Amino acid sequence: MSTSLSGPGSAEQAPGREPVRRGLPRTSRTARNHAPITATGLVGKVVLLGLVAGIAIWAAFPLVEAEHWIGLGILAATTAGLFYLYLSRRHIPAKYLVPGTLFLIAFQIFPVLYTASTAFTNFGDGHRGSKDDAIVAIQTSSVKQVPGSTEYSLSIATKGDPATGALVFLLSDPKTREVFAGDAGGLRKLDAGQVEASSLTGKITAAEGYTILNIGQASGRSKEITDLVVPTSGGAIRSNGLTRAYEGTAVRAYDAGCDCVKDSETGKTWTADPGVGSFVAADGDRLAQGWKVNVGFENFSRVLTDPNISRPFFGTLLWNFAFAIGSTGLTFLLGMGIALALHSPRMRGTNLYRVLLILPYAMPSFAMLLVWRDMFNTDFGLLNNLFGLDVDWFGGSWSARAAVLLVQLWLGYPYMFLVTTGALQAIPRELTEATSVDGASPWQSFRAVTLPLLLVALSPLLIASFAYNFNNVNAILFTTEGGPFPADNPTNGATDLLITYTYRLAFGAQGAEYGLATTVSIFIFAIVAVVAAISFSRTRKQEEVYS
Amino acid sequence: MRIRTAGVVAVLGLALAASGCGGSDSDKPAAKESAKAAGGKLVIWADDKRTAALKPFAEEFGKENGVTVEVQAVSKDLQTNFVTASQQGSGPDVVVGAHDWIGNMVQNGAIDPVQLGAEQKSGFNETAIKAVTFNGQLYGVPYATENIALIRNTELAPEAPKTIEDLVAAGKKLKAEKKASEILCLQSGQNGDAYHVYPLYTSGGGYLFGTTANGDYDPKDLGVGKPESIAAFQKIAKLGEKGDGALKRSITGENSIATFTGKKCAFLVSGPWAIADAKKANIKYDISPVPGFAGGKEAQPFVGVQAFYVAAKGKNKALAQEFVTNYVTKPELAVALYKAEPRPPALTAAFDQVKGEDPDLAKFSEAGKNGQVLPAIPAMAAIWDPFGKAEAAIIGGADPAKTITAAGKTIAGQIK
Repeated sequence: MSTSLSGPGSAEQAPGREPVRRGLPRTSRTARNHAPITATGLVGKVVLLGLVAGIAIWAAFPLVEAEHWIGLGILAATTAGLFYLYLSRRHIPAKYLVPGTLFLIAFQIFPVLYTASTAFTNFGDGHRGSKDDAIVAIQTSSVKQVPGSTEYSLSIATKGDPATGALVFLLSDPKTREVFAGDAGGLRKLDAGQVEASSLTGKITAAEGYTILNIGQASGRSKEITDLVVPTSGGAIRSNGLTRAYEGTAVRAYDAGCDCVKDSETGKTWTADPGVGSFVAADGDRLAQGWKVNVGFENFSRVLTDPNISRPFFGTLLWNFAFAIGSTGLTFLLGMGIALALHSPRMRGTNLYRVLLILPYAMPSFAMLLVWRDMFNTDFGLLNNLFGLDVDWFGGSWSARAAVLLVQLWLGYPYMFLVTTGALQAIPRELTEATSVDGASPWQSFRAVTLPLLLVALSPLLIASFAYNFNNVNAILFTTEGGPFPADNPTNGATDLLITYTYRLAFGAQGAEYGLATTVSIFIFAIVAVVAAISFSRTRKQEEVYS
Repeated sequence: MRIRTAGVVAVLGLALAASGCGGSDSDKPAAKESAKAAGGKLVIWADDKRTAALKPFAEEFGKENGVTVEVQAVSKDLQTNFVTASQQGSGPDVVVGAHDWIGNMVQNGAIDPVQLGAEQKSGFNETAIKAVTFNGQLYGVPYATENIALIRNTELAPEAPKTIEDLVAAGKKLKAEKKASEILCLQSGQNGDAYHVYPLYTSGGGYLFGTTANGDYDPKDLGVGKPESIAAFQKIAKLGEKGDGALKRSITGENSIATFTGKKCAFLVSGPWAIADAKKANIKYDISPVPGFAGGKEAQPFVGVQAFYVAAKGKNKALAQEFVTNYVTKPELAVALYKAEPRPPALTAAFDQVKGEDPDLAKFSEAGKNGQVLPAIPAMAAIWDPFGKAEAAIIGGADPAKTITAAGKTIAGQIK
C-alpha cells in the first residue's frame, strides 16, 4: 500500500529516509526531528494550514454576527490547536489522530448527541423557538386595524441626518388632507402650509424642518421603522411598508404577572403551561404558537404506550426483519450462484456476462424503483401485460411484499455478484482441487471449503447490507409507500418498515414532530445495534475456526 | 513517503472538518448579507418557475426605489426550508407559496399579517382573499388561484356530462365500442388522492371541517367518519373497481394525464397544469365543472391560492411590506406570473386582461366558482394521508362504513 500512496514528488526523498526508519527504530524521534524539510512538504503544509485559517475566518463572521461566543471560542481554540500541532515537530501520533477525531466529533458524535437530546423535547412544528419568540409571534399576529380608522399615506422623515437622525412619521389623511407628524411621543397636527404634498395621493413630499427619506434610505433603517409605534387614543399608528400607515391595536397581549396571554376583544386568557410549551385556555383551547420545552421521557413513554404506535409495532418489526434478511439473503444467494457459475473454468464469454450482470447496479436506483413501481401497475404495468396476468400487485399484502423483495433482488444481486466474484478469486483453487482428489462431490467441496471461506470474507458485508436494508426507506417509499393499508388502519401498511412507519407518525400528522421521530429512531438504532453486535461476535468465532 | 502523503490527506481532512464544525451557522451567507447592504436589500424566495417570472419585476422594483432585490429559487421543500431558515434568522424577507402553508407558518411564527386597504382588497377575487385569511387576519397577498375541472376529449365525448352517472354511461359506451380503455381518468393510486376525489365527496354530501361563526374552518368539527361521509363514500364505492370501474387504483398521478393524452380515456379530472400536455398531444378538448351525483349536492373542487408572504423574522420587513402590499397588487406582475405558469390571476383586473387571450382560463375559473377554499388550518395536514388511503381502500372494494370510520378516528387522534 505504501508505494501506491506515495506521490511522484516524494520518490526522490525515499532513499534517505527509509533506512533511517527501518534501521533505527528506537531513535526514530530524533531522526524525525532532524528529517529534512522538502519544498513540496512545506508548500503543502502552508497551503493546507492557510486553508484551515481561511475557513476559520469565514466561519467566524456569522458566529460574531449571531453573538455566538461559545461557538467562536471553540472555533478559535480548534484552529489554534491545529496550527500548534502541525507547526511543531512534536506530538507525532496526535498528527494522525486529530483529523479522524475531529471528523468523528463533527459527523458522528455531535449528530448522535443532538438526536438524543432532541428526543427529550417537544421540538417540532409549533414548538420550534423560545417562549419569547412565541409571545412576539402571538402579539404581532394579533394586530388588527382599528375599525373605521384612517389609512394614512406615509412619508418617513427626520430632523437630523437621513442615516442616523431620529425618525418621524409624516402622515397625511388622503381624504381630508390633514397632515400630522408622529413619533414615539405621540401624534401632532401640522399646519398644512408647512408641507408640500402630492396632489394625487396626498403623500407628503416636503416639510419644513424635516428631511424626507427616499425609499432606499428608508429601507436601510427598516427595523427602526417597523419598531416605531405612534401611540394614539384608539391604539397605535404603525407603518405598513414605507408609504402607508394604519391605526392598529394588538388584540392579544402577554401579561408577565399572570404569565398569560389576554385577548382584549373576547376577554379570554391563555395561561402558559411550561409542561407542554403552549398557552392553554381554561377550556383546553391552546394557541398555535408554542415553544420548545423539555418533556423528559414523554416521547419514550408515548412510543411504548400509545396503542397507535405499539399495537402494530411487533408485526412491523417482524416484516422489517423478514425484509432485511430476505433482501440480503436472496441477493446473496443469486449473486453467489451467478458468481460461482461464472467462476467455473469451463464457462466461456464470462466478461460479456459480467458486464451484462453489472448493468442493474450501474443504473440509478431511484429511477429504477420508480420504473419498477409502474411495471407493477395492475392495468398499465409491464408485468401484467407481458404475462397476461391480472394481479393487483400492490393491492394485496403478500403480493406487495413479494413485489418489493423482487425489486430488491433485482437491484441488489449485482453487488453481491461483484463481491463474491472478488472473494472467490482469493480462494486458492488448490483447495477445491484437493477435495476432488479426496473424492468429494462438487456440492461437498462447496459446503465444506468454498462457502465457509466465502463467509469469512463476506460476513461483514452481509451484516452491513442487513443494517442498510433494515432502514431502506427508498425501497418502500418509492414503490408501495408502505401499502397496502388495511381498511381499518391507515397508519400501518403491510410493507411498512419501522422507519417508513415512523416517518408517517412523525411527519404525517399536524406538522413535523422531530422529538417523537428522534425517539423512535433511537429505538431502531438499539435494535440494529443489538443485531449487528450479535452477528459480529458470531463472525469472530467463525474467523477463529477457519483462520 | 507514506507519512507525508498521509499527512497531506490528514490536513486536508482537518480543513474539511473545520469547515464542518464552524460552517453550520452560515449555511446561507447570501441571506446574511442583506442586513449589511447599505441601501437596503430585499430577499425573496420562490420556486424555480416563479423565480424566473419574478426576476424582471424585482429588478424594476429595486431600480425604482434604489434598493437591491434578490430573488432566490428554492426548488425543493420551500415551506420547510423557509420555516427552518426563519427560525435560525437566515430566512428571506418575502416568500411565495400556496395558501395552505399559512397554518403551519403561523404556528411557527414565520410570517406576519399583512394590512391591505379596503380598496386594495376589493380588487381581488373574493375566494382568494378568503383563502389567505386565517384566524380573522390576512396573512398574504394572493396572485393566482387554481382548481380542478373535468377535461374531456371532444372527439370522443362531444357533450359535457351533467352528472357523474351520465359520464359513466358515456364512458362505458366508449369502452364497449373499443374507442377508449378507461371510463374516467381520476387519479387515485394505491394510497388514494384526497384532492382529486374531493368534488365527488362533497357531491355525496361529505365535508371535512365544519365552519365557526366567523367562517373559519373548525378543526373540532371533523366531518370524516360522520354519517354524511359514509353516505358519500358509499356512492363513491359504486364507481369503484367492484362497481362501475370508473375509479381505479391503477390510475395514478403519474399516468392519468398520459392516459388521457393517449386517448385511452375520454374524461380527465385535473387542473390547468394538464392543459400543456393536452395541447402538445393535439387533443381537442373542452373544460367543464366536475359533475356531481344525480340528485346529489354540488360537486365542489378545492380552490388553492398562491400568495406572497412577509417573513416575520426578515431583515427588512418595512421594505418587504412595501413590496408585497403596494407592488404585488399591481396587475402587470400578476399577468407576468400568469404567463410563467397559466393559473387564473387572483387580481380581477389581471384576470380580465388575460381572459380574452385564453378561453381555458375562464372555463377553469367557472369550474372553481362553487369551489371550497382548501383549509389552511394545521389540522388539514392530518387529513390527506388517512383520507386518501380510505378512498383507495373503498375504491378497491373495502366496506365504506368501516373504512371511513377508522380514517376519522385516526385523523381525530392526530389533531391536537
